Amino acid sequence: MSGGAGPPGLLIVGGGIAGQSLAERARALRPQLPITILAAERRAPYDRVRLSALLAEGGDPERLRLRPDSWYEDHRVELRTGVSVAAIDRAGRAVATADGERLPYAALALATGSTALVPPIPGIDKQGVHVFRTPEDCEEILAAGRGAGRACVLGGGLLGLEAARGLVAQGVPVTVVHLMDRLMERQLDGPSAAMLARRMAELEVEVLLARDTREVVGNGRVTGLRFADGDELECDLLVVSVGIRPNVELARRAGLECERGIVVDDRLRTSDPAIWAVGECAQHRAVVYGLVAPIHEQARAAAAAIAGSACEPYAGSVPSAALKVMGVDLVAVGDAQAEGGCTVSDPGRGIYRRLVVRDGRAVGAILMGDAAGAESLQALVAAGGEVADALSALADAGRADVRDLPDEATVCSCHAVTRGAIVAAIRERGLRAPSEVHACTRAGTGCGGCRPLVARLVEAEVGDGAAEPAYLCPCRRLTREQVLAVARERGLRSASELAAACGVGRDCGACKPAVAYLVSLASHNRHEEERHARFINDRVHANIQRDGSFSVVPRIYGGVTSPAELRRIADVAEKYDVPMVKITGGQRIDLLGVRKDQLPSIWADLGMPSGFAYSKAIRTVKTCVGTEFCRFGVGDAIGLGIAMEKAWEGLHTPHKVKSAVSGCPRNCAEASVKDIGVIAVEGGWEVLVGGAAGSSVRRGDLLARAATDEEAIRVASTFLQYYRENAEYLERTYTFVERVGIEAIRAVVLDEASGEPAALRERLAIARAAVRDPWQEAVDSDEGGPFADLDESSGPALVGPPAGGARS
Amino acid sequence: MSVVARERNLVAVGRAEDIPPLEGRTVTVAGRRVAVFNTEHGFRATAAFCPHRGGPLADGLVGGQSVICPLHNWRIDLDCGEVVAGGSGRVPVYPVLERDGWLYLDLGG
Repeated sequence: MSGGAGPPGLLIVGGGIAGQSLAERARALRPQLPITILAAERRAPYDRVRLSALLAEGGDPERLRLRPDSWYEDHRVELRTGVSVAAIDRAGRAVATADGERLPYAALALATGSTALVPPIPGIDKQGVHVFRTPEDCEEILAAGRGAGRACVLGGGLLGLEAARGLVAQGVPVTVVHLMDRLMERQLDGPSAAMLARRMAELEVEVLLARDTREVVGNGRVTGLRFADGDELECDLLVVSVGIRPNVELARRAGLECERGIVVDDRLRTSDPAIWAVGECAQHRAVVYGLVAPIHEQARAAAAAIAGSACEPYAGSVPSAALKVMGVDLVAVGDAQAEGGCTVSDPGRGIYRRLVVRDGRAVGAILMGDAAGAESLQALVAAGGEVADALSALADAGRADVRDLPDEATVCSCHAVTRGAIVAAIRERGLRAPSEVHACTRAGTGCGGCRPLVARLVEAEVGDGAAEPAYLCPCRRLTREQVLAVARERGLRSASELAAACGVGRDCGACKPAVAYLVSLASHNRHEEERHARFINDRVHANIQRDGSFSVVPRIYGGVTSPAELRRIADVAEKYDVPMVKITGGQRIDLLGVRKDQLPSIWADLGMPSGFAYSKAIRTVKTCVGTEFCRFGVGDAIGLGIAMEKAWEGLHTPHKVKSAVSGCPRNCAEASVKDIGVIAVEGGWEVLVGGAAGSSVRRGDLLARAATDEEAIRVASTFLQYYRENAEYLERTYTFVERVGIEAIRAVVLDEASGEPAALRERLAIARAAVRDPWQEAVDSDEGGPFADLDESSGPALVGPPAGGARS
Repeated sequence: MSVVARERNLVAVGRAEDIPPLEGRTVTVAGRRVAVFNTEHGFRATAAFCPHRGGPLADGLVGGQSVICPLHNWRIDLDCGEVVAGGSGRVPVYPVLERDGWLYLDLGG
């Protein structure tokens, strides 16, 4: 057993959402405070709110986990699972575990949560009766549900309805039996509850109201329920979900003041000043909360009190409940049953929206069928905001723009993330996508209900923040210019050196290919090639396909091949049983469906250079037959195309560069929609750049007219290097040309008198000189590593370890 | 931190040196395809395929404690298997043990 060493710190009893939330907030306030979580369950803290998703969708309970192991290591929070606490020695400031271990504390926080309330109905202890509280309960219910003819859910509250819907999703007919005359009676008023009952019926959940269950019948195993009126209902699975009972036994035995829950003050302190209580076990101002949002608010106040930081005292929470049932939008906030306020209802469409106003202030809301504006109404009710005209307040909320939401409005209830926190993360960390917000703030990673709102927040912010730089590495907020400057100034030659120098690529690997490109650019291809920094295509020099297989496109300059070459390709295709041989849009031959381990021998057999069809690099130069055969030909398209391809082959670029040369303005090679396109005209060539024929079509801008082949190549090469040095990574020429403007590009690329075009070509030539053919290199080095699976590369390793290897 | 104790079922899968730093390799263990990664924080192992469209995770970009699937850039946390960017979902993770230069997977009880 570990623990107990070091000075006593914060000891948290309970590994649920409350204990985890408290640990996180305390850690944020006190970086050095020793924090230990003792969890009675044999699993790390998980998101109990999402249990119903587990029931509906199945899957591994591990996916509910709140934090990975590494979080506890990184934040120095000691998590001990499977440890239950037997007693608290308040005088000695220590707890005793069930195993007899003694753990001292400076501050003790009880986050012992609650257990499912099981009503004392005769027969409730029969087999086939389950509560719905843990992943284990979930598994048992699912297992029992598989053979069940009919399941009953006792209790028509939030959790009961979610459990019922989960069982229906498993194909089990379900009846919800509720004691009261309406569903979710604590949150809903009569009309909304009736509407919910109809909606549940549409979702194939039968609802029985005002049924007083008197007995669970069955001979050892549940076979049905008997009600007070004598009616019976058959079922062979009963899920009990009638409420919670706070776990106060430990506190009560220790002599702490307890009523329904452990009584706490506005700092969440119990009757012992060294002991706090948060979450479902705590009773604050006579209220025990069973919802997730108040738990986070309590944890925030308790953490501040424990850390000795200033914080508003906890004044209680406005309860807010969202039903997490697919296909039902329902949010209930505060006291929604009082008179006053107004209601907008469209029963035909299942819409019911009510704002409750008392003494001119908002006190509650119910949004059903259309939950638009829930966050702003929540904030309004929480603040007790004045409402002069309830009808227009309700209408305004429905139309509210995310920009109108107050900063303190909770967007993600699962993780208590406010609008302010999300906007700050978007602005300060340069986030540009909802997925980045999910990763950075955790908003949207719980039940997922707030994801549309997160997306709208991102849209509003990123739209506004056009001045915000595009980061090459959003994790470290580094732009391309900054990274390139570090590489140049310090003469760095590898992505790893850059990572060590400025952290780029260390938090996530997304930007590594960009870093690898910048290193090669800064060192004119005299960099150290690091496979881990390259996208898989560049590690194995082939293009990954949707099924994980690869494609092989050999270099065929200008698209001109020979019978011998075709024969060799055909032989390879047959020898390796290549599933598909296809002529590409760029006039090359593609061997598709090749296994990774076949690649090196295919290249050896082909004996042709790589076509780089897999890379952000010079791709094909497509040509028409030009003057060689075509009776309309004006220029030698094939000759110029081959010369261009040879001059540039093997060069990496910010994004792929596709080129074409057409021998006359009829433009059979479609050169006007290529990154670099050259078209023969009377008296020479036109060089176009920034064309596109992808999801949007763009005709290339005319860069220059050239009198000779040499001049055409010279102008195109100058542009190519200018693009290589100045475009953002993954910026195609058509966005680059539009962004920079063709006039600005001409001013640099065509101004021979300045010496800059010559310098650009010089740097291009230096980089080109260092290019080696990756296929030939791989064939020569006989390197199996990146091409083979671990089983194959390590040969005898699978046979087993040397004697005396692994034990335990 | 104490991890939940359970029966160990260790299977040798190869030499640590066969997985270069910040790369992954696929291996077949007891009929399962598993991706093993050499991260900055040590070796990690997950099921071999992305929960999105079955992309080969061992071929992804590794950085920090995550890998990015080569097919559609879903990013997966290698410690817990959770998809942290691109979509949502989870892949199974397996503890990896390195001893005397050998890698062992803990496939559980």
